[in-house]
Amino acid sequence: MSSRDIMLATIRHAISRPAPDGLPAVPPPGDLPAYRRRLDATGPEIVDRFLERLRDYNVHVEVLDSEAAVIAAATARLAALGLDRLVIPADLPAAWRPAGVTLVEDQALDHQTLNAIPGALTGAALAIAETGSIVLDGGRHQGRRALTLLPDYHLCVVFAGQLVGLVPEAMDQLGRHPARPITFFSGPSATADIELDRVVGVHGPRTLDVLFVTGPTQPREF
Amino acid sequence: MSNATFTSRAAKSLRNSQLRRNINKATTTIRGKTARVTAELPDWEALRLAGREIKRSTLAELDKHLIALEESVTRAGGTVHWARDAAEAREIVVRLTKAHNTDQVIKIKSMTTDEIELNPALEGAGIRPYETDLADMIVQMGREKPSHLLVPAIHKNRVEIRDLFRDQMGSHGEGLSDRPTDLTKAARAYLRDKFLETRVAISGANFAVAETGSVVVVESEGNGRMCLTLPDVLISIMGIEKVLPRWQDLEVFLQLLPRAATGERMNPYTSIWTGTVPGDGPREFHLVLLDNGRSKILADEVSRETLHCIRCSRCLNVCPVYERAGGHAYDSMYQGPIGAIVTPQLKGLEEAGSLPYASSLCGACHEVCPVKINIPQILVHLRGKVVESKRETALGKLSGENMAMQVASRLFNNQQALEWSLWAGRLGQKLLTRDGVMPWLPPPLSGWTLSRDFPALPEQSFRDWWKQRENGK
Amino acid sequence: MRVSLFITCINDSLYPHTGQAVVRVLERLGHEVVFPEGQSCCGQMHHNSGYAPEAVAMVRQFVEIFREAEVVVVPSTSCTAMIRTQYPHLARHVAKDAALLEAVEALVPRVWEFSEFLTRKLGLTDVGAYYPHRVTYHSSCNSLRSLGLGDGPLTLLRHVRGLDLVELPNNTECCGFGGTFAVKNAETSTAMLTDKMRHILSTNAEICTAGDNSCLMHIGGGLSRQRTGVRTVHLAQILASTAEAPLA
Ligand code: SF4
Repeated sequence: MSSRDIMLATIRHAISRPAPDGLPAVPPPGDLPAYRRRLDATGPEIVDRFLERLRDYNVHVEVLDSEAAVIAAATARLAALGLDRLVIPADLPAAWRPAGVTLVEDQALDHQTLNAIPGALTGAALAIAETGSIVLDGGRHQGRRALTLLPDYHLCVVFAGQLVGLVPEAMDQLGRHPARPITFFSGPSATADIELDRVVGVHGPRTLDVLFVTGPTQPREF
Repeated sequence: MSNATFTSRAAKSLRNSQLRRNINKATTTIRGKTARVTAELPDWEALRLAGREIKRSTLAELDKHLIALEESVTRAGGTVHWARDAAEAREIVVRLTKAHNTDQVIKIKSMTTDEIELNPALEGAGIRPYETDLADMIVQMGREKPSHLLVPAIHKNRVEIRDLFRDQMGSHGEGLSDRPTDLTKAARAYLRDKFLETRVAISGANFAVAETGSVVVVESEGNGRMCLTLPDVLISIMGIEKVLPRWQDLEVFLQLLPRAATGERMNPYTSIWTGTVPGDGPREFHLVLLDNGRSKILADEVSRETLHCIRCSRCLNVCPVYERAGGHAYDSMYQGPIGAIVTPQLKGLEEAGSLPYASSLCGACHEVCPVKINIPQILVHLRGKVVESKRETALGKLSGENMAMQVASRLFNNQQALEWSLWAGRLGQKLLTRDGVMPWLPPPLSGWTLSRDFPALPEQSFRDWWKQRENGK
Repeated sequence: MRVSLFITCINDSLYPHTGQAVVRVLERLGHEVVFPEGQSCCGQMHHNSGYAPEAVAMVRQFVEIFREAEVVVVPSTSCTAMIRTQYPHLARHVAKDAALLEAVEALVPRVWEFSEFLTRKLGLTDVGAYYPHRVTYHSSCNSLRSLGLGDGPLTLLRHVRGLDLVELPNNTECCGFGGTFAVKNAETSTAMLTDKMRHILSTNAEICTAGDNSCLMHIGGGLSRQRTGVRTVHLAQILASTAEAPLA
């Protein structure tokens, strides 16, 4: 017998013991208690909660009223930070591409090259208000995982139409393409491993900036 | 007796006041944060019940879910391996690593790999394992054992850490200060090289979804993302109890875990991957399903729920015994209340039979556990097994404790004998009593009088008083 | 109401005044108290030490003696918790006896912890007590967690005339007793006790009370060893004290 067969046989034996004579049986799997699957709040309340969470995380966020404002905001932000080179996914819309910086499209760049680029600019799959999370799944405008991992700076464009209230809403949407590689970012990486002093920025981008577009939404593709 | 082990290790920590201060600071801080973020969710209690029910029903059909997981992972381009015990798991991992002609691996989330003692096996095969969680790395560099599930290096101070880094990080450690930000920066630079040059990564897993084959790692530092994304080959080791049937189940646990663990609404990074994806991440993915004693726990109706554990460490943070005895007293990578029930079941009672007694049964762990594991109940159940196994030997039968319990049990079942023994006790205690209390008792009760007086038996028991009153009516 | 008293072994042999106080309070409130013959111990010490079969014998004894009781009142939070949460467990998993399980489940809803009986069954907050002392209250773990008594005992104390109630800091933390734990892991238990005593002393109370004499034996033993002058008194004794017949 293979290890697989032995393990399965052992497990089956372990779980198939009937209750002793006359004693009530262990109850069968039951319905789950009703936890919230939607956030009971208005659109503006959800946006407010999201922005409040991002500020809690010390994420620099700029609220833009339309997609048309992305270029100007990105250009100004990058100039302020003194960043002159960014890696972008090849499908990043022209309408998001800032001026005055070198944009390197990711055409299967090797890791060393990516590591040498100081920043990345991408979109997102969705965002979650309750937890202040931004989720990327390698779909449109997001690129592969290494792109938003090796550079030290990440500028992310998120649309209000991509915002959901709670984790279950996010999982519903992500569940349409569960095989995609998914990453949740919720605040900067952090450690408290040394004397419980919280140090922000361990691995991955140490700075995450968000351009949050409230106006006409980018059509959702999922 | 074996009880000396937890007891004596705890005594050592109790004398280390720096350690106690560190642990106290850590647990107090985390306790406050977890209390706040769990209280703010109106459906926290429902989520806990859901988590418990998902785990319970999953375990009830575990074979089915593991087979489904295997199918899904295989379909997505991964390979599933089955390991009955630690030796088999080590053999699989070493074999897979060697097949790639590499002499080093990077590691993330090492609890399961600690359990199977993977690092010595890798080293024995000429492969150097690099722990990449900051704390795990510190513990590894110091050649120690972790002392807390989530903050494994809680027993180390910054100067000790700086010295380790200076010693072992080559150029990255030169002239390093002991400021946590500088230490963290050095670790970032040092590990970045390792992340970029290493071709095989070994990870644990927090959850795996049977219906999709997706595996989840929840983390704070980003070393997980590095390990899961950059190498060519990823080998993940997970206990068989980590499987969840449905994608939707994740929505419950991704809310429970971060809030219970670090007191965050969501941990900084969560990665979910499914097999392999062309052009993104490792080209080869292996999932090792580990039993190593879990099916034995599964077979025990009372302690089965030990397997619900999602390793959040909240039970450690509320445990008054852990807070004082420290993580090393548990002599295991699983400490605190959960360690006190997991370790004896995985390692056996001969080796870890003192752990079920390492609790005052105060129930704080059960009260906060996000999946409602009744730890005190399981502790008592395991004590029963310790006693049972001792009673099988003549020596155990004759042990002072067993005899005392037998005598007490007989007395409690025999009114006259009980009354007589109280009378004898009142007579006998005269020698030991001063000002109405007994400041000294002979062993094994001397543990009591170490710090406490014992009340002397009063002249009249309640039942005597009652009888007298009834007779006087 | 006809109240059957389950006195518990510790109260019977070491703390008879607690039982006497319970009788006094219940009779003062107009209830008939009976003390069924043949009772002894709830089995907690055996059960918690791993001697489950011996504990089952005590489950059977308890069920036999109290089967017909209208209500059973127990002046001990840990013994009540033992009966309520562990008797069904023992009947099912150790005795594996369906008839015993059924008998236990029929009896358990009629078993009350003393303060719980007053506040929840009788709906009382004021039992007419008088106790002119500065008092702090230790909620035992079983009161707090296994029985969920919450503020019930505190409410009773707040209505005692003359009583100056001071809140005990860090009240939800265990005192470190834990039965066999206090002896087997004496040093850890002592470290917990030390912190508990520090909190008690910080209140400047003369008396520390609780609904459980096993915690109080441990706390009181420590306070006595340290010659702090602070005494421990079971909640029932405070509630039994009246202006006409005050208790110390
Ligand atoms: S037993 Fe519960 S509280 Fe403790 S680590 Fe496991 S899940 Fe968390």
